[in-house]
Amino acid sequence: MFYREAGDFKTSYVQDAQTFPIAFDRWRYYFVLAVAFLVIPFVINDYWANAVLLPFLIYAIAAIGLNILTGYCGQVSLGTGGFMAVGAYACYKLMTGFDIYLMGADGEWVRYALPPINIFFSVILAGLVTAFVGVLFGLPSLRIKGFYLAVATLAAQFFLVWLFNKWAWSYNYSASGQINAPTRSMFGIEVTGPTTEPWAAYMFCLVFVVALAWLARNLTRGSVGRRWMAIRDMDIAAEIIGVNPLTAKLSAFAVSSFFVGVAGALFFAVYLGAVEVGEAFGIQKSFLVLFMIIIGGLGSIFGSFAGAAFMVLMPVLLKNVLVGTLGWPTDLAAHIEFIIVGALIVVFLIAEPHGLAQLWRLAKEKLRLWPFPY
Amino acid sequence: MKLKLATMALAGVMAAGPVMADLVFPSLSYRTGPFAAGGIPFADGYADYFTLLNERDGGIAGVPARVVECETGYNTEKGVECYESTKGEGSLVYQPLSTGITYQLIPKASADGIPVHSMGYGRTSASNGKVFEWVFNYPTNYWNGASIAVKHILNENAGDVAGKKIALLYHNSAYGKEPIRTLEELSGKHGYELLLLPVDSPGQEQKSQWLQIRRERPDYVLFWGWGVMNQVAVQEAANIRYPMNNFIGIWWSGSENDVLPAGDGADGYRALQFHNLGTDFPLFDDIQKYVVDAGKAAGAGDQIGTVLYNRGLYAAMLAAEAARKAQEIHGVAEITSAMMRDGMEALEITEARMAEIGLPNFGPTFSVSCENHGGQGPAAISEWDADTKTWTLVSDFMDPDTEVVNALIMEDSMAYASENNIAERCN
Amino acid sequence: MPDQLLFAMEVTLNGLMAGVLYSLVALGFVLIFKASGIFNYAQGVMALFAALTLVGIMDGQVPFSHLINAVFGTEIHHFGWHVPALLAIAFTMVFMVAFAWLVNHFVLRHLVNQEPIILFMATIGLAYFLEGFGDIMWGSDIKKLDVGLPQGLNVWIDETTFNAFGYGFFIDNLDIVATVIAALLVTALVVFSQYTKQGRALRAVADDHQAALSVGISLNYIWVLVWSVAGFVALVAGIMWGAKSGVQFSLSLIALKALPVLMLGGFTSIPGAIVGGLIIGVGEKLFEFAIGPLLGGATENWFAYVLALVFLVFRPQGLFGEKIIERV
Repeated sequence: MFYREAGDFKTSYVQDAQTFPIAFDRWRYYFVLAVAFLVIPFVINDYWANAVLLPFLIYAIAAIGLNILTGYCGQVSLGTGGFMAVGAYACYKLMTGFDIYLMGADGEWVRYALPPINIFFSVILAGLVTAFVGVLFGLPSLRIKGFYLAVATLAAQFFLVWLFNKWAWSYNYSASGQINAPTRSMFGIEVTGPTTEPWAAYMFCLVFVVALAWLARNLTRGSVGRRWMAIRDMDIAAEIIGVNPLTAKLSAFAVSSFFVGVAGALFFAVYLGAVEVGEAFGIQKSFLVLFMIIIGGLGSIFGSFAGAAFMVLMPVLLKNVLVGTLGWPTDLAAHIEFIIVGALIVVFLIAEPHGLAQLWRLAKEKLRLWPFPY
Repeated sequence: MKLKLATMALAGVMAAGPVMADLVFPSLSYRTGPFAAGGIPFADGYADYFTLLNERDGGIAGVPARVVECETGYNTEKGVECYESTKGEGSLVYQPLSTGITYQLIPKASADGIPVHSMGYGRTSASNGKVFEWVFNYPTNYWNGASIAVKHILNENAGDVAGKKIALLYHNSAYGKEPIRTLEELSGKHGYELLLLPVDSPGQEQKSQWLQIRRERPDYVLFWGWGVMNQVAVQEAANIRYPMNNFIGIWWSGSENDVLPAGDGADGYRALQFHNLGTDFPLFDDIQKYVVDAGKAAGAGDQIGTVLYNRGLYAAMLAAEAARKAQEIHGVAEITSAMMRDGMEALEITEARMAEIGLPNFGPTFSVSCENHGGQGPAAISEWDADTKTWTLVSDFMDPDTEVVNALIMEDSMAYASENNIAERCN
Repeated sequence: MPDQLLFAMEVTLNGLMAGVLYSLVALGFVLIFKASGIFNYAQGVMALFAALTLVGIMDGQVPFSHLINAVFGTEIHHFGWHVPALLAIAFTMVFMVAFAWLVNHFVLRHLVNQEPIILFMATIGLAYFLEGFGDIMWGSDIKKLDVGLPQGLNVWIDETTFNAFGYGFFIDNLDIVATVIAALLVTALVVFSQYTKQGRALRAVADDHQAALSVGISLNYIWVLVWSVAGFVALVAGIMWGAKSGVQFSLSLIALKALPVLMLGGFTSIPGAIVGGLIIGVGEKLFEFAIGPLLGGATENWFAYVLALVFLVFRPQGLFGEKIIERV
């Protein structure tokens, strides 16, 4: 009924290959974008921005990044928290400016004071730095597979957290070891710092989310994505048909880490504003993002959004219902929240092991035929 | 993107307008998660004191106090959610209770004009009121704590610690690294040797560190631990038969929780405290009468008189006194958060006032001013008695080495001021 | 002997003991992975839950007392009895068996033949559930666990080594007990899986689910069995670690200590878990002793993983893992 191809004629290959081939689906997508860009910024307030939308958007980026690595390329990673930390600390150094030393003509080291870089480019550069680190830690993936690799990426997680805790240069030698995002603006509008308007922070993240989701979607359905999926489905077979596992795996690590690094930079600069590495980017974060993509659906961009929404919104929603509406003691509510989230995960998996994205796909199939059974 | 819209409907429910008929004290408690055992008594004490004021006196100067509790689980993101959801209710002062959440709230709350009181934790240099207008950390902070621990050691050694070896066993995080600078400065001044022993979170496995302590035999071990690290450290110290009297924890490592699992081995373990212990104060009779017997005790009601319960109670007492002060200054009963800040800045805790409240000698006497948001920073040493299962103060409240600590506070707060373009106040 | 060498020996011995404690946690993972291919994320929480239940039964705590008091306004906390340790352990085992049955009946049965990552996810859901449930049932305060295990410096070793070398070695009595128990446990597990009917069935299932089913082995029964045994291992690990730190939420984090052990020893090998534990224990302690001071200390957490990573690069299936044979 709703999702119908009937009457929707494709007259070119471009039309045939578009992301949303069904007209209704396409319009719905434009509608969501329109709401996100044109409605929400005008109605958003501090609570919705800081408690719901910012974490949702930022986790969505991280989830897309991990989904590229795990869902598309089949390399399970538990180093997400560590890579987010790289993004955050790189962003901090870039946005506050630091000294670099270059070899001068006479063989002497010359000091150049790098000025603070615009926040937008800081975030992107932070992503690139993370991509580099990701490739380094991705090297073992050429030998190690499956759960063994997952545990191997934990080495990255623990090492990076330890490093940023120890390396005073990375937090500008502050007495506490915390990093604080100073106020920075884009086009004269503050996007980081305590006096940021909620809509500005939201729009800043939204632009990244939309651009990166678009990038991910198109990467994964192009030749790069096909190579990744070939590696995921069976790496030996992929190698035999001519996919180079070295470049395929490492490119997945690089792209994935870029996304995760951007997420880490936004998480620190726009969302929290002050972080301490062990607390904000600990092992829990790695698991959280992994939960998101498994619940949302491996190998699906929509699944990354759905998973991030589930893990961010569910606890907030449950808390508001149990404490706010029903007036339960906060600790009982928190425990029951755990029980409900855990039970929901199990129920979802039993009902649909391939995540919310698959449920969504099935729902669309049903809607196509509805109200007729066939 | 879909689910976001679905929850939009809830916005109406949550955005209900604030009613300003009472004094709101949000409590960002952590009754769940890895540090729950420390969060429960604090939250109970904080809530019970305000319940007592409401039941006995009808609130503060006639205006009832309302404690809005929000569960953070010691998690920064949940803390942000809690802050955003409670700040619209007319919250007067935040007790963030975790280092992460404190750092989080310092810029946010300053921008929103709500004072933050991080009592004995958080950002130490916030005691420079010239830079941190909205942040208070009286009566004391970590650097004072470190200095007082050294002073206690000096006292035990007739003022001479040259050549002694002092180890610092610390949680490898912002919190644990706090005292290092102070201890290094003091080591230069008094000539002791400092040995740094970090333990990575969570700290269940400390064999390496304790073997090192056993090998190097430091004369004293100072201890900045939290969570499971506390219980394990006390147990390991007992295991290697370290003289417990020379093992001194910070106030977050000195509650019943930390020593009970180690049993008799923990006897004699010491910790710093900035408030008094036990229930031997007239106010506790009132709590029994108006709160417990009336069935209004917070939580399970089984924490009364524990170290951290008393700390929550003390925090609530200071908040209530500041609110009272604010009412005095501004001449209105229903104060706002900006007035509350003025009250906190003019706060003076005297012996007479504490006796009047029913808590004689419960905490140190101190006063807050525009420049000094940290008070005079006194703390005392307490000792655990495993037979009677009680903590007792074994020293008076001692003043820190302000010369050393203040220099460090100035340095760090000035760095923050220049990084964030903050102009000095109070001039 | 020079002091440094003596110190290194002491550190090595303690590393071996710490390794045994890691192995105890890793064993639970191996058992379940071997029999059902599930990477059981909930193993750490199971250890916590088992220890909480044990303490709760020993102290006669009323389960769900906080919930009951909140709902009915009552003031109940304790039954007022104390159960002896061994009896309480037996009761706790009944609990863990019931738990295994429930997990199998409500979760695993419905997920037969799913991909490993889905099963892994299900155990995460289980971990969340158990975390909230354990807290609600027994409360979140820190509990003292006293089943009468000796703890503290072993005087005999201290004196003997002092007389021999002039420096007394520190060995914790609890570690010695843990080593003995781990040895007994592994022997029992080996005997069980080699010489009993159930053990053989278990190995058959581990080899090939479908082949095992077709010769008439009940998968349900085996899974309940293996989760019960893993529950028992979790209880032992919970007792050992709980004796060090009291029983508290953080016990669930000991799983993180077991992961590098698993990696190193292989997910499917019981001897691997033991040897892996010993290597990790000694490796991280020696590294912290020798190199740690140069790097500013607290290196153990990541070094364990890096050590395992180095091993894996040479043996991708872990030390004792089954050789990975890949065919197109």
